[in-house]
Amino acid sequence: MGMGIETSIGQGDIRTRDHRSPVELEPIYDVSGAEILVRALAEQGVKTLFGIPGGAVLGLADAIGRFGRFRWVLTKHEQGATHAADGYARYSGRVGVVLVTSGPGSTNTVTGIATAYMDSSPIVVLTGQVPLPMVGNDAFQEVDTIGVTRPITKHSFLLRSAGEIAETVRKAFYIAGSGRPGPVVIDMPKDVLAAHADYLPGEPVVVRGYKPKIFGHAHQISRAAERISRSRRPVLYIGGGVVASGASEWVRRLAIEHQIPVTSTLMGLGAFPTDHPLWLGMLGMHGTYAANMAIQMADVIIAVGARFDDRVTGRVADFAPAADIIHIDIDSSVIGRNVQVDIPIVGDARHVLVDLVPLVKTPDSREWLEQIQRWRAEHPLWYDRNSDVLKPQLVIEKLGEITDGEAVIVTDVGQHQMWTAQFYRFKHPRTMITSGGLGTMGFGLPAAIGVAVAQEDGAPRRPIVAIVGDGGFQMTMEELITAAAYRLPVKIFVINNGYLGMVRQWQELFFGRRYVASELFRANPDIARVAESMGALGMRVEHPGEVQEAIEKALAWDRGPVVVDFRVDPRENVFPMVPAGAALHEMIEAKPSEE
Amino acid sequence: MGEMKEHTISVLVEQTFDALPRIAGLFSGRGYQIDSISVGEAEEPGMARMTIVTRGDDGVIEQITKQLNKIVNVVKVTDLTYEPFVERELALVKVTATQSTRSEIMQIVNIFRAKIVDISPKTLTVECTGSRAKVQAIIGMLRPFGIREISRTGSVALRREFRGET
Repeated sequence: MGMGIETSIGQGDIRTRDHRSPVELEPIYDVSGAEILVRALAEQGVKTLFGIPGGAVLGLADAIGRFGRFRWVLTKHEQGATHAADGYARYSGRVGVVLVTSGPGSTNTVTGIATAYMDSSPIVVLTGQVPLPMVGNDAFQEVDTIGVTRPITKHSFLLRSAGEIAETVRKAFYIAGSGRPGPVVIDMPKDVLAAHADYLPGEPVVVRGYKPKIFGHAHQISRAAERISRSRRPVLYIGGGVVASGASEWVRRLAIEHQIPVTSTLMGLGAFPTDHPLWLGMLGMHGTYAANMAIQMADVIIAVGARFDDRVTGRVADFAPAADIIHIDIDSSVIGRNVQVDIPIVGDARHVLVDLVPLVKTPDSREWLEQIQRWRAEHPLWYDRNSDVLKPQLVIEKLGEITDGEAVIVTDVGQHQMWTAQFYRFKHPRTMITSGGLGTMGFGLPAAIGVAVAQEDGAPRRPIVAIVGDGGFQMTMEELITAAAYRLPVKIFVINNGYLGMVRQWQELFFGRRYVASELFRANPDIARVAESMGALGMRVEHPGEVQEAIEKALAWDRGPVVVDFRVDPRENVFPMVPAGAALHEMIEAKPSEE
Repeated sequence: MGEMKEHTISVLVEQTFDALPRIAGLFSGRGYQIDSISVGEAEEPGMARMTIVTRGDDGVIEQITKQLNKIVNVVKVTDLTYEPFVERELALVKVTATQSTRSEIMQIVNIFRAKIVDISPKTLTVECTGSRAKVQAIIGMLRPFGIREISRTGSVALRREFRGET
């Protein structure tokens, strides 16, 4: 502490006072690398840093304190800081910033960086490093951060002199936030931060060899429009790229103006309103019957900002056998990688759709839409709504009703994540924040902290609900202390079934009900009491009749974080399910109740 | 999937400290094969040209070129396989040579227009320049004499400019 960020401590409440003035950056001569770095960050509009200081970045921490214009959210663990910056970026669309020390500080960010990389989330991770002359000597708290993070970063920089710091920061933010976004690491040797150079405010940089393709090829776009116009069974298949590029409005126009049904990946949820008649539900392993059947029967699939991940396609050889595939993505390497594509279009999803939509003539899809209505009516998502036992889906469905889909939902990974994808009524892009690609348990709570901080930094205000499992919650629950310290209004709904639920489900279905190492109930803490001890409001819900009141109380709570321990039916499974290796239409459906 | 084919890929890359490990890491991390990789300064200061010989079906080769293009410091990727190109590799081969075999080895060296660059009572070191196929061939011819050590540069390659058009 005592870093110049004014703090007042009392009743578990640490608030940083904002004494920010408009940033006017003047040239400054002969200042330390740390001072230059701080100004270069301010140039990028940075308001908040997430992280933990340590030996290699003490000078930088001091410069940040004296600069006085950033808020430093001090997390309990560097993994938490990285997920928080990731959540901040996903919700606000702005680059999230992490600052950690060398060695263990940097290795603790690895899971967070990999999570951001897999889901194309723009973060810049500033890592301390031992002084350049000591690099390679196995110095105290030395690790080859660039080497460790190389396969999970979009790019990385090692600072070699104070004079190159400002330019490097500009490049890092540009690379992280443009094209297909992703994490960038800047490794900062201690002596480089201490060395002196001049700071000159600069223009955005151009990086040679890095030119993201924004506009799609005009000929390909007109071919795509022509193919869509004469389709009979079209499907729009959208992914996280739609959210990242802000293409949601154009997806809606393409779908609604031209009567094309829409399915989405986990990462694309929110880009299309789930209460719209053209909405099919999510597709893939835990997708809806209607979505998966529509893909299998489609004659044209318009994939936008999605990458035909194995959780989406099922057995690739039998994926969408009748369809011509139009694939729009900013990353050419995902086009044609898993499935053969008939019309590839490399470009930013929004820019391509802006060019494409006016060229499309509404196809004759009436019979197709009738077929889809029958699938939806005959195979809805199902769970026992009249059960006396608390069902996890009930919690999520009720939350959707009470918030009317206006909350921002952050999830962890596992069964609760799939139930959330199936049963919450998403309406807006950037309201589903989830670890899709890497599937990182422990992501939910710290990412929700990042969302709350983004709201304080000017992102739209919405209720924030983190839906997590009892397993994932315990992986990063120390960050509840962080949420309480900053009195962040995050509502943490623990869908507590006493198991690593998705592991349990697979063990039940495919491993003869041998529940090896998945029985968390044997050593679970009392989650409400854990919450209370960390400075949050703790609640417990055991019966279906208590759900409504508990959710309303949690949403109304205005004194920091709330944790609700929902003790749900441990035997509930996620259906439909496409078993590994099966084709999309080979779904195991939920058992309907015997009537 | 299609048949495995050898491809020679030329990569123009900025000489930053992390460019080469990123390219090598791409091949190991994604399971692509490297038959040879060679790198040196290019015509422009601060730039290197890398020649990678790899194998794969069309899908794999397409992924390799796309993934190389995604690396920030990579400026240009050319798969030379689809056009005429010149390719050279240099190999040094230290081969066992006795009084009775020395002249036979020297004959082989002459046929391949290679050179003897070192001689000792028990060995000859041969320098051979040529296509990968030629280098393979001379190594094959020398193997029966007893090869002690081989050091090869890997292929370097450039596109041919003139194809006989008038």
